[in-house]
Amino acid sequence: MLTGDVARGARATFDLDRPWQLHPQVSVRPERFGALLYHFGTRRLSFLKSPELLTVVRILGETASARDACRAAGVSEAELPAYAAALGALARSQMIQAREDS
Amino acid sequence: MTQPPGVLPLVAQFAYGLDAPICLTWELTYACNLSCVHCLSSSGRRDPRELTTGQCRAVIDELERMQVFYVNIGGGEPTVRRDFWELLDYAVAHHVGVKFSTNGSRITPNAAARIAGTDYVDVQISLDGATAEVNDRVRGPGSYATAIRAMENLAAAGFEGFKLSVVVTRENVAQLDDFKRIADRYSAQLRLTRLRPSGRGADVWDELHPTGAQQRELYEWLLAHGESVLTGDSFFHLGGYGEALPGLNLCGAGRVVCLIDPIGDVYACPFVIHDEFRAGNVREPGGFAAVWRESDLFTELREPQHAGACSSCGLFDKCRGGCMAAKFFTGLPLAGPDPECVLGHGERALAARGAQPIPRPSVDMSKKRVPARACDESPLDR
Repeated sequence: MLTGDVARGARATFDLDRPWQLHPQVSVRPERFGALLYHFGTRRLSFLKSPELLTVVRILGETASARDACRAAGVSEAELPAYAAALGALARSQMIQAREDS
Repeated sequence: MTQPPGVLPLVAQFAYGLDAPICLTWELTYACNLSCVHCLSSSGRRDPRELTTGQCRAVIDELERMQVFYVNIGGGEPTVRRDFWELLDYAVAHHVGVKFSTNGSRITPNAAARIAGTDYVDVQISLDGATAEVNDRVRGPGSYATAIRAMENLAAAGFEGFKLSVVVTRENVAQLDDFKRIADRYSAQLRLTRLRPSGRGADVWDELHPTGAQQRELYEWLLAHGESVLTGDSFFHLGGYGEALPGLNLCGAGRVVCLIDPIGDVYACPFVIHDEFRAGNVREPGGFAAVWRESDLFTELREPQHAGACSSCGLFDKCRGGCMAAKFFTGLPLAGPDPECVLGHGERALAARGAQPIPRPSVDMSKKRVPARACDESPLDR
């Protein structure tokens, strides 16, 4: 797992092809291993266990899809399922949310 | 899934320390309107050297720069500080969330409405008995009614998910379901923490810490309730019973947690107010960040620790030797079993303690006994 979450939710598929963004109430702090995320609404903490995942999360709001964000962060095709699972966990804990582009 | 090469498991990363604490406790004052028998900070009277409003603001500025997500404010009773609400607003305006612990005496309907109005403030009401009888014996007469009134006010203000905070003792461990019911009644979340022999807790630990059988009961209860009950990672020493409890399950002292006391002294954790665990002061050049990142004590705590007498124990990976503060203030070696070791090694170690004195906390602001006659005590003596 690329994320550690205090709440371990059930598995679900993550839609890599739609736009996503960081939840506005989430604060991100880079650390040596990746980053810590804190959600002020749910008061939950999550961990990003790789610097690449931090890059993905940071640019998520400006890319057309999560897949694009992963590509831009240098994530290979082989690694993509692991990143989709990590982003899925972040979506379940509301750290990231689907973005409705106008 | 695989870790990127060269990257350690997360818990190992945490053991080597973070750029800023995850969980920072800040006791704003030693002043308190109660005198709980187990007070971990021996609170009662205000320390005249307490940080001023300006100095507190400077600490908050620094926490903002370090991206500390939130602070756990406590005391003493933090709300007795005249600038408490002002500091709360200042922290929120500077993106530092606040969770504060209170006995509830100042959580009026107005205060409750104020707290309920922001996502960045959370509150923790302390209650150590699910009945007035059990609670008031520890926290003092009337303290149960005060805490319940505070919870009623918070619930009436629409604040959901505030915390009901309970220190588990020999006398209340049978009331866990009752505590859960009280929390549910006010849409609060139950938080259980461990009784440590810290502060005045040292004086009552022998009589109040849960028995071995009670610890087992507590462990089963915690496993059954999972993440719906918070523990502040208090009970990782019980992991030796089997399955690990939810949480990081490591001693976070100086690694992911620390304490700033009312005069700005920084300690490795809220339960070790003793010179041996004092890393520095926020008023020194470099401030809190320098203490957190560079102090000798914290650097040392982030190095691999010796398991000592526990190194041959098959359960060491589960309990990690338990709580440093619990060992220190019961006079046990830090490299060795926790006094509440699930295998009973702690009890045997306590029984085998020599005549050497047990360390006492470096700070004691307990209220003095009321003098029998006015002249028995100088009014100038703090």
